[in-house]
Amino acid sequence: MTPADTTKRVLMLHAGVIAALFLAQFVLPEYHHGVLARVMVLAAYATGYTLLFGYTGLLSLGHAMFFAAGLYGAGLTVYHLGWSPPAGFGAGIAAGLVLSVMVGFVALRTTGVAFMIVTMMLAQAVYLASLYFGEWTRGDEGIVLTQAMRTFEIAGATIDLSLPDERFNAALILYACSLLICLAVVRAPLGRVMVAIRENEDRTRMLGYDTFQAKLMALALSGTLSAAAGASYALLFGYAGSTFASIHYSIYPLLWVLLGGAATTLGPLIGTLAITYMIDVTSGFTSAYLLLVGVMLVLLVLWSPNGLLGALRDRKLAWLP
Amino acid sequence: MDERKTPNTATTNGLTRRTALKGLGAAAGAAAIGTQAAPGFVRYAQAQSSEPIKIGFQAHRTGIGAAYGRWYERTTEAAVRLINEAGGINGRPIELIVEDDGTDPRRGAEVVERFATQHRVDVVFGTLFSHVVMGSAPRAGELKMPYFCVSEGHHVASGVLNRYIFQPGITDVKSQVISMAPWVAENLGKKVTMIFPDYAFGHDHRDFFSEAIAAQGGEALELIAIPPTESSFTRYFPRIPSETEVIYHVMVGPGVLTFVSEMGQFYGANRPQIFGFIDSLEAVDLASPGLEFLEGTYFWEGFPRYAMPEATEYDTFFREQVGVNADGASIDDPQDISTYSHMFGCWETLYIIKQAMEASGYSSATDADKAGLIEAVEAMTEFPEGFEHPQGRKTFDGKTHQCFGHQYISVVEDSRLNVVHKTSIEDGLYEPEVDYTTQPL
Repeated sequence: MTPADTTKRVLMLHAGVIAALFLAQFVLPEYHHGVLARVMVLAAYATGYTLLFGYTGLLSLGHAMFFAAGLYGAGLTVYHLGWSPPAGFGAGIAAGLVLSVMVGFVALRTTGVAFMIVTMMLAQAVYLASLYFGEWTRGDEGIVLTQAMRTFEIAGATIDLSLPDERFNAALILYACSLLICLAVVRAPLGRVMVAIRENEDRTRMLGYDTFQAKLMALALSGTLSAAAGASYALLFGYAGSTFASIHYSIYPLLWVLLGGAATTLGPLIGTLAITYMIDVTSGFTSAYLLLVGVMLVLLVLWSPNGLLGALRDRKLAWLP
Repeated sequence: MDERKTPNTATTNGLTRRTALKGLGAAAGAAAIGTQAAPGFVRYAQAQSSEPIKIGFQAHRTGIGAAYGRWYERTTEAAVRLINEAGGINGRPIELIVEDDGTDPRRGAEVVERFATQHRVDVVFGTLFSHVVMGSAPRAGELKMPYFCVSEGHHVASGVLNRYIFQPGITDVKSQVISMAPWVAENLGKKVTMIFPDYAFGHDHRDFFSEAIAAQGGEALELIAIPPTESSFTRYFPRIPSETEVIYHVMVGPGVLTFVSEMGQFYGANRPQIFGFIDSLEAVDLASPGLEFLEGTYFWEGFPRYAMPEATEYDTFFREQVGVNADGASIDDPQDISTYSHMFGCWETLYIIKQAMEASGYSSATDADKAGLIEAVEAMTEFPEGFEHPQGRKTFDGKTHQCFGHQYISVVEDSRLNVVHKTSIEDGLYEPEVDYTTQPL
């Protein structure tokens, strides 16, 4: 297969996935319509995560801080300052970008386990800050964005993000943008350098690449995409609370990405979808559903350490990005 | 082209409008006779009207709220059983559908969606933790789903939620806290140091009690917020001013045992008065090692855990039905301590749902019937003490969607709580902050 053929296949696959998600809204029952909207927002978060973890090999245990930066960046400006949802979304992205660059300058001085610990501690600081500034954030209880706060006008049309169709399509736009950005990055020279750093950072540096700069860019991209997902969550689902800054929300994207396939562009969507439905279905039978999900993840790591899509790429579809 | 000229299929088949009407009339007549003659049809017709009322119970089966959730579920099951034994709601049995929200606001919103769009429940009920209520409430409002929380949070009455959210079965924290201030100021002291967790629940206590004690001529000398990640509290105690007459504490979570024992080590026998909220020790045995220091200290209780000699027959009945002994523990397992100060709210809320559905003639999960149900709840003003409201009489404000009841203050004696004071409902009233009835349905 020539590189041009591969490019064509890759583009068709990604366009096909986005088209399938778009069409899904017309056939899915109401409940699954809502679930898929939420999954797309979370998959956008996981897509941001995999840029750093899957492609650059930096395991962050603190990505919830970026998700929360977006969540609060949007939530607080809309709630307290009366900003429109698009302006709030922009504030969320800006908050994520600034935070991720700042975190990068501190955390990227470390590698491996130390990087995990530093990111986790910084995320904990953000979590505690969200509690400390309870006067504005209402801490763990959080703030609710009313329907009026989530409605805006664009080109003469009124968009109400609390309505199912608007929410679904906004989530789809978010996910599609995240996916295409991820795809563009991993196919660009920066993506190659990120993979090279993952495989052997010393060798990459010896070859003349500025690995710190590449890692900082990866972290900034990853953090900003995560923040975009967080901002979308606040605006689409009308709630921003400290829970989303807690350690759980740093672990979730790791699990979603591990299941779907770490260094794959579509793995985060598959992983998020699979775990969401695993919990949804198993919780109907037992309160030990997290145990079941945990066992399934352990089995997966044992037998298919590259995740579902990673395994598919290893065995059949080597061209998958 | 000839076919186009054919007037219509019915006439070509020889069926005119008149014959069609005759046929329909005959069919209707046959059906009417059939309903009297054919028992099978009668059963079907009854089944249509006796379909269960579906109540979605948003339960904290896992996560930080699991201990509360377990008892909320037991209380709910007991009340549902009793209501069904007594003929259900409008002659229809309740079908309880339980979904675990993992005490997580995101999962909570998902559960509400599932109740509304998959289970097609009539109402959602039973959420306790405030952040789950806050995460779920927007979706409940968007889905036009009546949502009855049993949370004690001030979120409903503060006006940040929407018209579909109610808290009619348990007094909110603002009312609870301010109703404590007169007795504390009069009996324990007016110079108070508050120790509270550094999150919304703690901040509510800080803000409401500081204001309430000031209104009694007292003063909050020091406000000590403790981050929820702390596992040791010793370094905070030197911040307590020496002139403190009362320590007000509301430490919730697994750190409470350490908190109490370290406070005991800090003070020894020479301590100020101590007043706390039982939320810290719900589902915890007061005879647990490390809690000895609590002897002689005071607690707010929503409903006395230990059966008092003056307990009402309603309290006794409630204990029997839920399976709680006179010490507030499970009848089957004395180590399994109940969340007695909160769980009555589930029982009482279910009876309010029943009463409102009967008052509004609720018959199906349509927007119109749900609107009627909401207006029926909003029209309520008072719940008299009785088997349906064993915790006591309550008033209800239909504009703020919040009820107000009596509260209790108890002292720890021989590792049990004995009631020393019962507040009046008026002690806990405050100016309304919202009128939800102005919002559209």
